[in-house]
Amino acid sequence: MSEREITVQEAVREALDEELARDPDMLLMGQDLGIYGGAFGVTAGLLDKYGVGRVRETPISEASTMGLAVGAALMGLRPVVEFMFMDFITLAMDQLANHAAKISFMYGGQCGVPLVVRAPFGAGRGYGVSHSQSLEAWLVHVPGLKVVIPSNPADAKGLLKSAIRDDNPVVFLEHKLVYPVKGLVDDAAAVPPLRGARVVRAGSDVTLVGYGHQLVMISKVADELAARGVSAEVVDVRVLKPLDIETIVASVRRTRRAVIVEEGTELCSVGSEIAHQISTHCFGDLAGPVVKLSGRDTPVPAAMNLERGYLPQPADVVACVDKMLAAVRA
Amino acid sequence: MDVKALLQLLRTMYRVRLFEEKIEFLFKRGKLGGTVHLCIGQEACAAGICAALGDGDVVSGTHRGHGHAIAKGLALDRLFAELMGKRDGYCKGKGGTQHVASFAHGFLGTNGITGGGIPIATGAALAIAHRGQPNIAVTFFGDGAVNQGVFHESLNFASIWNLPVLYVCENNLYAMSARTDQLLAAESIAARARAYRIESVAVDGMDVLEVYRAADAAVRQMRRAPRPYFIECRTYRYAGHSKSDVRKYRTRDEEQQWQDRDPIRAFTARLVDEGTCGTDEIESVRAEVAEEVEKAVEFALASPENDMTELFRDVYAHE
Repeated sequence: MSEREITVQEAVREALDEELARDPDMLLMGQDLGIYGGAFGVTAGLLDKYGVGRVRETPISEASTMGLAVGAALMGLRPVVEFMFMDFITLAMDQLANHAAKISFMYGGQCGVPLVVRAPFGAGRGYGVSHSQSLEAWLVHVPGLKVVIPSNPADAKGLLKSAIRDDNPVVFLEHKLVYPVKGLVDDAAAVPPLRGARVVRAGSDVTLVGYGHQLVMISKVADELAARGVSAEVVDVRVLKPLDIETIVASVRRTRRAVIVEEGTELCSVGSEIAHQISTHCFGDLAGPVVKLSGRDTPVPAAMNLERGYLPQPADVVACVDKMLAAVRA
Repeated sequence: MDVKALLQLLRTMYRVRLFEEKIEFLFKRGKLGGTVHLCIGQEACAAGICAALGDGDVVSGTHRGHGHAIAKGLALDRLFAELMGKRDGYCKGKGGTQHVASFAHGFLGTNGITGGGIPIATGAALAIAHRGQPNIAVTFFGDGAVNQGVFHESLNFASIWNLPVLYVCENNLYAMSARTDQLLAAESIAARARAYRIESVAVDGMDVLEVYRAADAAVRQMRRAPRPYFIECRTYRYAGHSKSDVRKYRTRDEEQQWQDRDPIRAFTARLVDEGTCGTDEIESVRAEVAEEVEKAVEFALASPENDMTELFRDVYAHE
């Protein structure tokens, strides 16, 4: 039996470890990822195993760390950059959005930019405005980037390997509260394609769409709904760009109801786009308006009670589903 | 340098100068759109630096980057085609003047973001170091770029990691319209590099031989013992920043003083004075380049426009 139970944090480390072993052109770059093992412990042990040439401790210089990764990738290396918090990606946006993302197109397809940016993201830990954001919508808006957010160990490991082998810049976002999530990984599994949403739970009354920690949350909500006789289908978006809208649309056509749950702020969010696409493709099938529960249009506060107010809560999802179903029954 | 190499330096400067003059001409006749940043006056910098490089070395350029591309060996016909947005351009016309690259030539691209090429070339040097190759990466940038954060970060990176990257600042005194001496809290640009323990020199960027000798010495040293190196070339752009600039921030006297030290005229006078060659040989180099430019423009004008499907191609590589 090749299946083992590990955490998402271990899954990410295994993917990095196995790719470092497989490809001498791959290297890690980031702050405190050597002796310290990364701010969230993801890279623990890799410095000892691969040395300072492969596990490169950088100064606190996100903008140029990103730029060096672009230059190294243009020369055929496969750098994987870790930013300590996703919020710090804002310091690297010029090289990420204006260079990494554009190079294939603006140079007429002469060259790919095979790099990965990894970063923990999301709220729920009381870290405050500069260490808690979900900025995935910023990235999805940039042509040329790919954006991946896993919610379980098998996807974390498989999709990260796939991201590293991809010839395009991939931003791989790891929700802080997802690191301890356990699940099975199959050591014999092939590296998956870097695309595709997945129905992680079949249901017939409503489709709950989410990713990252919100996927974990809506899966628990689905349990709760099931106990009350409501059958919720759960779709994990997994790869936000390129977005697999077909899987989401197919689910909503079956259930006729959709609730999208995300942490990013509500205006022009990833959920906004999914809601728009569902409305476009499923209009005649829908039993009611598509509902979107997002982070509020505020900074993420440090105070834990306020932070709960910022985030969509399980009770909000339940209330939303109840209302949708009640509207139909009435 | 032997006569052949000296004439090659001259040829490179003529290729840049006549290319740029032709662009001005084409712009006035509506054959070119968008914008353009001419490097007339600065030819000795790109020509002198790139003459010291080999095929395995890589270069990144600036928004004022036609000279960098030409000096690295790119063909004028495909460059014109790129500027005209034509299919035969190096980047199928999708990059344009500020985003032209040719990886086959080790040319990593001109760049529309001030200082954008600095960390990229530093990263290219990281790849060279990672593979233990004897090559170097070169990045050209202007005086305006030395106040960008990535300039400081990248020099620090290159120094702590011993990366073989040659930083070349083309100091033309103005960051667009602003006088750099009023914006720089440093004794000089070259001095800034020394703050990062990077060996640096300042040279007369109007003297192609002085530039070449500095580059040649730097490159030889960098190949022996990989380390970053910094060359500040003091130079002048004759034209405005871009097409719309009427140059209110500097005097015509100042412009004339620099044009009196024109790098091509100074170099040809020296070749003749020192008996290296005659004026007829110089004229034949110029005439050959002028013919090359004419043919290149014909090629670019005849090149087809892209099919609209090209809009959706190359957003991702290899897909």
